[in-house]
Amino acid sequence: MYGFWQQASTQWLGFALACTFAGFMVAALGWARWILPQEQVTDLRDTYPQPVEERAQQVEAFVHGSAQLTRKTWLTRMAYAAFGLFGLAALFPLGALGPEPDGTLFHTRWKRGDRLQRNDGTFVKAADLNPDAVQTVFPEGSVGDYRSMAVLIRLPDGVGKNTTSGLVAYSKACTHAGCPVALYRAAARQLICPCHQSVFDVADGAKVLEGPADHPLPQLPIQIASDGYVRATGDFPEPIGPGFWEHS
Amino acid sequence: MIHRLLLWADDRFGTATFVHHALKKAFPDHWSFMLGEINIYAFIVLLATGTFLALWFVPGHANVVYEGPYQLLRGVKMSEAYDSVLHICFAVNAGLLIRQIHHWAANIFVAGIVIHMGRIFFTGAFRNPRELNWIIGSLLLFAALFEGFTGYSLPDDLLSGMGLVIAMSILQSMPFVGSWAMFFLAGGAWPSEILTQRLFITHVFVVPLLLIAGITVHLMILWRQKHTQFPGARRTEENVVGSPLFPQYTARSLALQFGVIAMCCALAAFVQINPVWIWGPYEADKAISPAQPDWYIGWLEGALRISPPWAVHFPGHMIPSPFWPGFVLPIGIMLFLFAYPFVEARIRRDYSPHHLLERPRDVPVRTAFGVSFFAFMLVLFLAGSDDVQARYLHLSLRDLVWTYRFLIFLGPAVAFWVTYRLADELRRSAGVKRAERLRIKRTPEGGYDEEPVA
Repeated sequence: MYGFWQQASTQWLGFALACTFAGFMVAALGWARWILPQEQVTDLRDTYPQPVEERAQQVEAFVHGSAQLTRKTWLTRMAYAAFGLFGLAALFPLGALGPEPDGTLFHTRWKRGDRLQRNDGTFVKAADLNPDAVQTVFPEGSVGDYRSMAVLIRLPDGVGKNTTSGLVAYSKACTHAGCPVALYRAAARQLICPCHQSVFDVADGAKVLEGPADHPLPQLPIQIASDGYVRATGDFPEPIGPGFWEHS
Repeated sequence: MIHRLLLWADDRFGTATFVHHALKKAFPDHWSFMLGEINIYAFIVLLATGTFLALWFVPGHANVVYEGPYQLLRGVKMSEAYDSVLHICFAVNAGLLIRQIHHWAANIFVAGIVIHMGRIFFTGAFRNPRELNWIIGSLLLFAALFEGFTGYSLPDDLLSGMGLVIAMSILQSMPFVGSWAMFFLAGGAWPSEILTQRLFITHVFVVPLLLIAGITVHLMILWRQKHTQFPGARRTEENVVGSPLFPQYTARSLALQFGVIAMCCALAAFVQINPVWIWGPYEADKAISPAQPDWYIGWLEGALRISPPWAVHFPGHMIPSPFWPGFVLPIGIMLFLFAYPFVEARIRRDYSPHHLLERPRDVPVRTAFGVSFFAFMLVLFLAGSDDVQARYLHLSLRDLVWTYRFLIFLGPAVAFWVTYRLADELRRSAGVKRAERLRIKRTPEGGYDEEPVA
């Protein structure tokens, strides 16, 4: 109590509480061990199964009862129909739990002509990136959007396939379990997922080199516009992130 | 006073016989019978501290700017959920302490269940007539795992966000129904705005209700069937020998309860757990490395890490690789646990009821099998932190992953063999000694007689 009054630290409060309960424990232990007389009791178990007549009567009662209950009369049929309809009706509100799976899993917010926006709101120009520089980018106006996030990397001259003047952009959502592929090993040009350590080869279409991921990171098609900004030329060609049944 | 209350109750409900028998009910004295009680007491701590936390927690997704006392995050945009957890940590009296007690109690709760199940398994207490209670117990374990996961997913910090995105990827990996399951359970694809709300009601209402119901049925069955007991003097299949519930066992159990609470408080006071203010708020493109879940999900993390990238492709469809470790493995383990009592009865051709326990050494195959199962889980658990091991032991991660891929087969096999040999040797040597143990009895005529001790 004093601790609360004094706005005591977590440590002091916790220590005091622990001591209190440890004290109770010692008291109860001592009580159980030294003060109470030691006593042994013996309980007899009930015997199962119960007597044959009882068992037979139970089955009889149930069979007889259910025969009455399920007699095919007009009334019981109506009752079944009513229950069935009620069951169906109860499913109706559950339909509101979520939207039906739609295009969300297949598309992101990238569209042709979008500039690449950084977390701080600035846009990427091709000249901004030195070799092996890494940037996290989003479509214009969608900073922080999980499904659209991408990593933009400049590879040194002569390195890498499918680059746009040395630039490549891949979805940042790991294709294994969806974590952001946030580690870049510049020496080997590998993107590594911090969750389950899948390794993607940046120089070769983000193919999987190691780890549990089963398909490459989708590549974002980009171009360098005449104003110097890097722009997307469309959405990712495949669904981003982890696989799912409808993903081919 | 109590005297009058008992009479009052008997006048109205006729409780005298029941109360008399309940107070004198025999509780076996072996310490291992108290392991299950740890869970009840940890659960009580969880209910009490959880209710306290729910007085402040806001399961909201809307963005707010933090303006509380924690300087390092002032002015940072975050969800209402994360903001309210920071409020609990830094502005509510004893809030951080209660939060840490809650988290530690959750860890103790799951650990207690695992150890209690170990006791049940290795002594054969799951056999007829207790198969159903074993199944209920296994369900409680999985409910506790799920409850723990939903709990540490609530604060909407960066680490919990990473855990949730993995959980969602497992959900959507199901063939046929994956995306439907995700859209209906989470209200849309990740990141869904209503997810925290749904996790909250699941964590504070749905699963606790199931846990309370499960624990109640678990205990009712225990009460009705009475305890098992180890063989010993005067102990038979037809009786239970032990201390009476009141007062001897009550005092002991109370001591355990206070001990569990004291342990939770001491851990909460001195061992920091899940410092969400360090992780920062969830942002889609940010990640923490290294990142590990709570210990009881570690095996699943390990399974996801070392499982090979085996996706199955059909024309226009695929089963992605996380389906095997993320879905098939846990469901398989669950079904295996449910089925075990029946499988063992079938293999041993022993369907008769048993109330006397077996010592682990006396059933070497079962014991070896149980230990090898634990070894399997341990390898997965260790694989769940392979990145940390690689960093601190200066090993190549690739080598470590492959080591674990071999160990997952080798470890359980070695564990089985070693345990089997050990148990078998112990059984043999103990068997010799037991036959030699005799009790000398003096007969009324003055002579001496010897009889073997059971």
